[in-house]
Amino acid sequence: MSIRFGLLALLDQGPRYGSQLRAEFESRTGTTWPLNIGQVYTTLGRLERDGLIRPEGGGDAKQQLYAITEEGRRSLVEWFDSPVDRTQPSRDELAIKLAMAVGTPGVDLREVIQRQRRHTLSAMRDYTRLKADAMNADRSRPESADSDPDDVAWLLVLEQLIFYAEAEVRWLDHCEARLVRLAAQRAERGGRAGGPPAADEAPPRPVARKGASS
Amino acid sequence: MSHPGTDEPAAAVLELRELSRTHGTGPAAVHALRGVHMTVRAGEFVAVMGPSGSGKSTLLTLAGGLDTATGGEVLVEGQALGQLKRAQLAKLRRTSIGYVFQDYNLIPALTAAENIALPRELDGVRQRTARREALAALEEMGLAEVADRFPDEISGGQQQRVAIARALVGDRRLLLADEPTGALDTETSDAVLALLRRRSDQGAAVVLVTHETRFAAWADRVVFLRDGTVVDESAASSAESLLTGEGAR
Repeated sequence: MSIRFGLLALLDQGPRYGSQLRAEFESRTGTTWPLNIGQVYTTLGRLERDGLIRPEGGGDAKQQLYAITEEGRRSLVEWFDSPVDRTQPSRDELAIKLAMAVGTPGVDLREVIQRQRRHTLSAMRDYTRLKADAMNADRSRPESADSDPDDVAWLLVLEQLIFYAEAEVRWLDHCEARLVRLAAQRAERGGRAGGPPAADEAPPRPVARKGASS
Repeated sequence: MSHPGTDEPAAAVLELRELSRTHGTGPAAVHALRGVHMTVRAGEFVAVMGPSGSGKSTLLTLAGGLDTATGGEVLVEGQALGQLKRAQLAKLRRTSIGYVFQDYNLIPALTAAENIALPRELDGVRQRTARREALAALEEMGLAEVADRFPDEISGGQQQRVAIARALVGDRRLLLADEPTGALDTETSDAVLALLRRRSDQGAAVVLVTHETRFAAWADRVVFLRDGTVVDESAASSAESLLTGEGAR
C-alpha cells in the first residue's frame, strides 16, 4: 500500500522511469525500506491496470516512462487526506515474543527484555548518529539555498525511527517494572504463607493470567 | 576512543577516582556519591543518567571543580583538582572546562555577547577578539540577533542557548552539561545535542547529565547512577526503571 502511494506521489511531480522512481523513493526514505526494481515494476503494473498511471511515449517495459492520470491524482489526494489506519496493527514480533515468553518454562523474561533493550538502545544510537550526519549536511548548505526535500524527508523518517525506538525502550522498562512488582507481590504472599523469603529467587517468571492479582 | 590512525587510546581528559561526596556527618550524613570511578577521553561523549538524588549533578559539579570531594579525586587533563591553588583552579575552569548549568547563571548587567566574552577577557584574550568569538558562538547557536540584548530582554530558551554558547566559547577540552535542554523545544534541543556531538567529534570530552533516553542516544556511552554509585556502564541497562528506581530489587 505505502509503496503504491509512494510511487504515485513521486509521479505526481512529473513523468518518471521505474529506475528513477526507485532511486527517488530511496533517497526520500534513506535505505530504510529498500525497494527492489522488481517490486517497482510490479507496483507500476498494478497502478496502470487500475488506471492511476499511464505509459508515456514508446519504449520497452524497462525503459517505460509513466505519468499519473486524473484518477491517480484523485486517489493520491484521498490518501494524503486520510489518516493511516492504526486500528489494524501489523503483527509485531517483539510483542508476540514477550507474550509467548510469559509462562514458558526455561525462558527468562527479564533477560529477553534486557537483551532487546540493549539492542534497541544501540539501534537508537545508530539512528542518532545518522541524524547528526544529516543535520551536519544541512548546516553546510549555503544559506541562500532551501533545504533539499530529500534531506528533510530522510530526517523525518530517521526521527520516526528514533521516537519509535524510544517508545519501545519505555515500554520494555514498563514491562520489566511490572515483572518486578509482580515478583515482589509473589514473594510477599510466600512470606505471609510462612515460606522462605523469595528475594534471592532467580528472575521471576510472572504468572500473568488475567485476574491473577485480584 | 582512539586517535585516528593509531590504536593508542585518546588521552583521558576527565578522571574520577574513587570519588565520594558526603554532606553532613554522623547519622544525618547524606552520601551523594560513593566511590565513583569514571574516565572520559578526548573525543568521547558520555551521558550520565539516573533517578533524582542519584548523584548526577553532584558528579558534574565535582568534575567541574565547583565543589570539593570528601573522598577520592578528580583529575582534569592529568591535574588533580584538589591539589590546585584557588587561582590555578579558577584558571583551569575558565580555560579548559565549559559548564552548562540547569539554571542559566547569566550576568543580568551584561549583554548576551558580553556574558559570553567575559570569561575569555578574564583569561587575557583581547576584548575585540573575545567579542568576535562571542559573536561566532552566538551565530553557531542561531542567536546572532540577540548579541546586544540583556538577559531580561530575551526568552528563557534564548537565555539557555546563550549560556550554552558561553560554555562552548574558546577551546574547551572538557564540556559538562547538566540537563542543558530543559527550557528548549525538541528542535532546539536537537541543535544543542548536535553541537555537543560536533565538539566531541572535534576532540572535546563531553559529559551530559540527562533523564531522556533520546538525548542520551547522542552519546558514545551511558553511565547509570543510583544512590551515588555507578550501577551500569553502557547503554545496556534499563533507562526508565533505573530512573524511577522501580528496577531496584
